[in-house]
Amino acid sequence: MNALITTAVFGIILMFVGLVVKQKQYIKYYAIAGTVVAFIANLLDVQQGYGVLHGMVEVSSFSVLFNAIAIASTALYFLLCGSAFEKVGEDVADYFALIFFILAGIMLTGAYSNLLMLFLAIEIISIPQYILAGADKKNLKSNEASLKYFLMGSFTTGILLMGIALIYGATGTFDLREMGLGTGELSPLALCGIILLGFSLAFKVSAAPFHFWTPDVYDGSPTVFTAFMATIVKAASFIAFMRLFHVSFSGGNVSHHWQLILAIITAATLIIGNLTAVFQQSVKRMLAYSSIAQAGFMLFAIVAHNEMSSQGLILYAAAYSVATIGIFAILLKMNDYTFDGFNGLARRQPLIAVVCAIFLFSLAGIPLTAGFFAKYFVLSAAVQQGDLLWLVVLGVLCAAISAYYYFRVIIAMFFKPGEADAQGVTPGFKAMLVVAAAIVIVLGIFPNLLLQFL
Amino acid sequence: MLTVLLILIPLVTGLITFGLSGRGAKVFSGISSLATLAVTLAAWAQFRTAPEALRFTAEWIPQLGSQINLGLDGLSLMLVLLTTISFPLIFTTVLSRNYERSGAFYGLMLLSQAGMLGVFLSYDALLFYVFWELALIPVYFLCSMWGGEKAIPVTFKFFVYTFAGSLLMLVGIIYIYFQTEGSFSWQTFTSLNLSNDEQSWLFWLFFVAFAIKMPVFPFHTWQPDTYEQSPTPVTMVLSGVMVKMGLFGVMRWLKPVLPAGADMWQEAAILLSVIGIIYASCIAIMQSDLKKLIAYSSIAHIGLMSAAIFAGNEQSLAGVQVQMFNHGINIIGLWIIIEVIEQRLGTKNMQQLGGIASVAPALSILLVIVSLANIALPLTNGFIGEFLMFSGLFQHNVWFAAVSAIAIILAAVYMLRMLQKVLFGETNALTATTTDLKGGEMLALVCITAMIFVLGVYPKPLLELVSGTGIENTVAAIAGR
Repeated sequence: MNALITTAVFGIILMFVGLVVKQKQYIKYYAIAGTVVAFIANLLDVQQGYGVLHGMVEVSSFSVLFNAIAIASTALYFLLCGSAFEKVGEDVADYFALIFFILAGIMLTGAYSNLLMLFLAIEIISIPQYILAGADKKNLKSNEASLKYFLMGSFTTGILLMGIALIYGATGTFDLREMGLGTGELSPLALCGIILLGFSLAFKVSAAPFHFWTPDVYDGSPTVFTAFMATIVKAASFIAFMRLFHVSFSGGNVSHHWQLILAIITAATLIIGNLTAVFQQSVKRMLAYSSIAQAGFMLFAIVAHNEMSSQGLILYAAAYSVATIGIFAILLKMNDYTFDGFNGLARRQPLIAVVCAIFLFSLAGIPLTAGFFAKYFVLSAAVQQGDLLWLVVLGVLCAAISAYYYFRVIIAMFFKPGEADAQGVTPGFKAMLVVAAAIVIVLGIFPNLLLQFL
Repeated sequence: MLTVLLILIPLVTGLITFGLSGRGAKVFSGISSLATLAVTLAAWAQFRTAPEALRFTAEWIPQLGSQINLGLDGLSLMLVLLTTISFPLIFTTVLSRNYERSGAFYGLMLLSQAGMLGVFLSYDALLFYVFWELALIPVYFLCSMWGGEKAIPVTFKFFVYTFAGSLLMLVGIIYIYFQTEGSFSWQTFTSLNLSNDEQSWLFWLFFVAFAIKMPVFPFHTWQPDTYEQSPTPVTMVLSGVMVKMGLFGVMRWLKPVLPAGADMWQEAAILLSVIGIIYASCIAIMQSDLKKLIAYSSIAHIGLMSAAIFAGNEQSLAGVQVQMFNHGINIIGLWIIIEVIEQRLGTKNMQQLGGIASVAPALSILLVIVSLANIALPLTNGFIGEFLMFSGLFQHNVWFAAVSAIAIILAAVYMLRMLQKVLFGETNALTATTTDLKGGEMLALVCITAMIFVLGVYPKPLLELVSGTGIENTVAAIAGR
């Protein structure tokens, strides 16, 4: 709850900072200070397991841990990409303020215990994103991205509301724990509600076949905002997805009704995301498809609803966010976003190339990086669930395919001759990259450093 | 503690080597590999008196019940010995070579050594998997960066093949893990009672991973190109030590954990291996590229070892373990000579060679000895292992033994043909410029030749080592416990 208040307050503060502070390059330090304050405030939520706002929000060790991961990743994002905000447009402070508002929505995704709060969380996350996607006002692609995202996003929000209404009609409550689905026969009304909710959330996490907006929006938006949308926001949407389905829709035999649908969505997401990523020529677009492919792996955690899946999703959120933010930060320093644009980077910038390789290893799920244990936990959760082995085997084959497009970047950086160079690399930037890589490796050797808080 | 040192020395020195350059990297990695060899010898001495002291257990991920669980039995000690002997030999051979960015080159070599030693020492399935992958990554970079002009796509194929295989194995490990009470240790894995149906499909998840690594027909297609394109020191690591990881995986994990599955698919696995033996031998006869010839000959040899493992009687298993060591030594010897020829003459095409015997007598004599050991002539180290394997395979099934025995004749055909083309005949303008072996090359080859004769005449130490715990465990597990 502290985290929600501080992030919202800092959103407002940063809007005013824009009026007062004239030197744009200093604004990011206010934002970084904001994340530090929010991080500490979040950890001060010592009294856990209580409800606020008449029980509509519930503070638990899970929500505190996820909030900490989200805020820390945002701090890392500001440190690595903060200076790129100035290049997007005039209103630098507003962009930071919007990010803080999104963060406020994210603070709700791990803690809501009422469908209305879920709706609010999703909306608070989405609306600033529509603006950020169109932040580059003079660029047609950015305008297109914003409009496309807005139209499709608001349409899905309608479906989400419809689902909530049907569930309310069937159970007479918005409270996650009081629905009591699964005690008796499942009414058709509730079943329709579950499916509509599942579809709208699948849209928010860009699962196939609801993924069509993703590549265009991620490609068209200013790269610095894509980095945020594709990582922390996506992880938060997954946390919301998982919380709803694990708390409310897994009692009794309810899960039998949606498990197969979600399993098929997972399989489609894995296949489409991975196979399409193989054919991309631009690293930025490859990362957009890779985010769909990674969403396929995170969906394992939702299909398999057990303790291991929530551990897995937490680990996945951290591993995926840190690695992808790191790669986007490096991408922002490059002149050319194609694979060939990375040719020979290892000769000019050996440190950056090595760090980038570590991030890519993590995304591919190579052992000794955080990505390995993230994949390990979600796959284990699915194996533990039983009767999902076909999906697990499909998943590992897709993981092998994913090595192909991640390694294309490594091959370009290390083995191909070329003159690629990163622009405007400061020692501070390098130091932050090394810290991020160290996090990836430490979590890859000792994942329990994170899981012990759960 | 010695077991931990075996992994830590190459790991830590490997990371340090990245910061060095030129001579420094060379000397430092040489010292590191000798230190690891010394620790191995100390561990061997310890193994003879108190093998229990070599066990090491520590908590790793308590949430999963995974432990850092290291230990040694005869089989793994033999492979550790092979690994730690190979690296000083390889480093000695390339003593006079100067690799570009040598810090990274030697650092990656040492990291791959750490990965392989970890594979041989792990008694925890998750740890085994992690090391299995860790051994692969440095080799991937070594082949791609210092390899031939086609190295990048070829090595990438190798990487994707093995990565896909090991991910399937990971699924198998996870499945078995959930049948236990939450433990990855070898002891729990082997004491499980999995149903026949489960073992039947689990077998393939593991077998494919190991078969790709060995490689067994039809999973071998990555191997000849990778051997050809890799820089020779890396080829030595790959063919001398790394392929043994696949054989080791079958002996340590596949057969003890899934005895019924291995029984069920025994004939299929042997059949694939035997097809591979004949197929690879026939292709080897047609090769004119020296590196490819040795690569195919290696597929044939590995095929025989794989068949003997699945035949699974006492003789064939003893033979496999002896042969794993000897094959490693012999093939490194062959690669050293090919490296010398390629360095001096700039070609590895047999058609362009000839008459080297009159120009470089020492090289020629040693090449003949190593080649004869590769054909498994009596009194060389290759003989005892092959004899035991054939006799074990014969006990299992006469026809398999008969068909794979053709490979002995075929091996003689392609090896002697190679000797004839390379060493004898007219000296041409190119080969007349050859100079004989020098310094490091000579030293490494003499060591190898000494081992060929000593182990050929007196294989008892090696047999004793592997006929200890390794065989008992495996035989006990196969006999149905």
